[in-house]
Amino acid sequence: MSRIKSKFQDLKSKNQKALIAYVMAGFPNEKGTISAVRGLVKGGADIIELGMPFSDPLADGPVIQNAGFHALQKGMNFVKFLTLVKKIRKETDIPLVLMTYTNLLYRHGYEKFISIVKKAGIDGLILPDMSVDESKEFLQAAKKHEMDTIFLISPNTTPQRIKKIADVSSGFLYLVSVFGTTGGQQQFQDYTTRAIKNAKNILDGKIPLGVGFGVSNPDQARFIIKSGADAIIVGSAFLRLIENASSEKIESKIESFTKSLKKSTISE
Amino acid sequence: MKLKYPKNGKFGEFGGRYIPETLVPAVEELEEAYLKYKDDAEFNKELRYYLTQYAGRPTPLYLARNLTEFAGGAKIYLKREDLLHGGAHKINNTLGQGLLAKRMKKKRIIAETGAGQHGVATAMACSALGLHGEVYMGYKDTQRQKLNVFRMNLLGSKVHPVKEGTQTLKDAINEAIRDWITNVKTTYYLLGSAVGPHPYPVMVRDFQSVIGNEILAQMKELEKKSPDSVVACVGGGSNAIGTFYPLIDEDTKMFGIEAGGKGIKSGHHSATLVGGSKGILHGMLTYLLQDKEGQISETHSISAGLDYPGVGPEHSYLKDAKRVKYDAVNDKEAVEAFLLLSKHEGIIPALESAHAIAYAIKIAKNMPKSESIVVTLSGRGDKDVEEVGRYLSKNVKNKK
Repeated sequence: MSRIKSKFQDLKSKNQKALIAYVMAGFPNEKGTISAVRGLVKGGADIIELGMPFSDPLADGPVIQNAGFHALQKGMNFVKFLTLVKKIRKETDIPLVLMTYTNLLYRHGYEKFISIVKKAGIDGLILPDMSVDESKEFLQAAKKHEMDTIFLISPNTTPQRIKKIADVSSGFLYLVSVFGTTGGQQQFQDYTTRAIKNAKNILDGKIPLGVGFGVSNPDQARFIIKSGADAIIVGSAFLRLIENASSEKIESKIESFTKSLKKSTISE
Repeated sequence: MKLKYPKNGKFGEFGGRYIPETLVPAVEELEEAYLKYKDDAEFNKELRYYLTQYAGRPTPLYLARNLTEFAGGAKIYLKREDLLHGGAHKINNTLGQGLLAKRMKKKRIIAETGAGQHGVATAMACSALGLHGEVYMGYKDTQRQKLNVFRMNLLGSKVHPVKEGTQTLKDAINEAIRDWITNVKTTYYLLGSAVGPHPYPVMVRDFQSVIGNEILAQMKELEKKSPDSVVACVGGGSNAIGTFYPLIDEDTKMFGIEAGGKGIKSGHHSATLVGGSKGILHGMLTYLLQDKEGQISETHSISAGLDYPGVGPEHSYLKDAKRVKYDAVNDKEAVEAFLLLSKHEGIIPALESAHAIAYAIKIAKNMPKSESIVVTLSGRGDKDVEEVGRYLSKNVKNKK
């Protein structure tokens, strides 16, 4: 069983929901990413998404764009990313998901890329620009190497299409909570609640539903969980914290913020 | 070889739809509307009306006698898209998509622009058709094409300078896509080139095919045959695909000319098909300029309109099928052609089109006088006069 799947089973038995945390590899630098991951693990995050920077991140808002740009400027690349993943794997068994854009996989070849990151310790992949309609080769390669494929759905995705996407998803399904890019901080509207309920109905317990984009504090996390999500996904809020922390404070600041978010996933 | 409406937007392995899920309903809605109206008599009547009465079609096919004499070979004809309203071929597409957006009841139009020509053409179409226009433009491009920024403002559209990334066309597209994701229900994304997710490459090609269709009809009248060769510049490739597509089944040699910048070997260029490799960007699989890990490269060209690391997927297909020969012309040659056409014919070409002119002069020399070349003069060069001035003064200084 994959690390992600067994994590969700474990949480279910404890009557908890999952906290999925995103950090950008190499932001502010490799050491900073390691510190952030330590803080996340200590604070009780359940799954970590590691962003691998891409030059043209068209689904991302300003915070993740800036973090990715910064990481690339500092020389983050595929080899350094793998080294980072291996270092993290030595310290923790937490499920690790790689989030990046399709071209980085296509350029190496889907199969080659997936087999290499799997060996380094990555458990799943999220590609915001990989459409299910173009995914045949990608899915074959992922299946061969037992890599979870986490696809995204949106509040405007039709029920029929949600089914189609859920069929090829493994680990969890990622619902984009709002119309917009990552890191928006607006108040959630009714359509988000409706989208969560609708997706949960269609999925019928077959795969966990994670909700992200714009979830940035414990109140919002509680709201999303109350609407029926199995996991909350928080990204830009962590990056903002990292951006404003001195390097020796990253770990402790992340840890306490993680704790405050994790609380909202445990039913009282 | 003609792919009229390829299934799923696939030109062989190229094209397709690599997009965030939020945009899937939007492109599906667009495709449905396009299929409904593309052969609709009323739609085409209205489009023809605007193309004729507003934009100034058909454009002349002008025999450039002095340039022909200068080159000393085949006859060189110029397809005068520079004479269209706004000064470039872009209006063919913006009127078509603007009329489609109206039928889709979308009042807010967003667009990206490089040199500013598509932005201006969008602003004009919005103004004429009663739509609200907003244009994303790389900050660097707003600086080197100030006149076009001013024009867009005059025409009633709002310009958003984009300070992310390389601050050029690709970043303007990224930002327009982000806007579209955010405002997907109310907004129509009016893409300016034959790039992006399906159905844009097909739709933009169809709207621009008026160029090639007119060339074919005009040549049959003037020379009693289809052209022996056609030459067009390629950035995203909309004027080129509009020129080539109607001629694909003719006995015509075709040349797509990319921006060689400071030379292919220098690495400072925008010649995607000549110097690139396959990849995925802006919703399509196509040739790209990228590093070995798949990060998109910084591009360079003296002409902002060609300064793009991708290219329309149909061009990638035509390259691999060897139906079109793609080659590059560098900054220096383009500026020389810019000066030459101005001086010999009294026509100041856009720097983009000057790349095609430079190449046509090269091949005309080696062709017999009985043969003809048609060059698509995609735009006029008033916008480039300052840039050429800067280039010349810099290069004169360097020589000293």
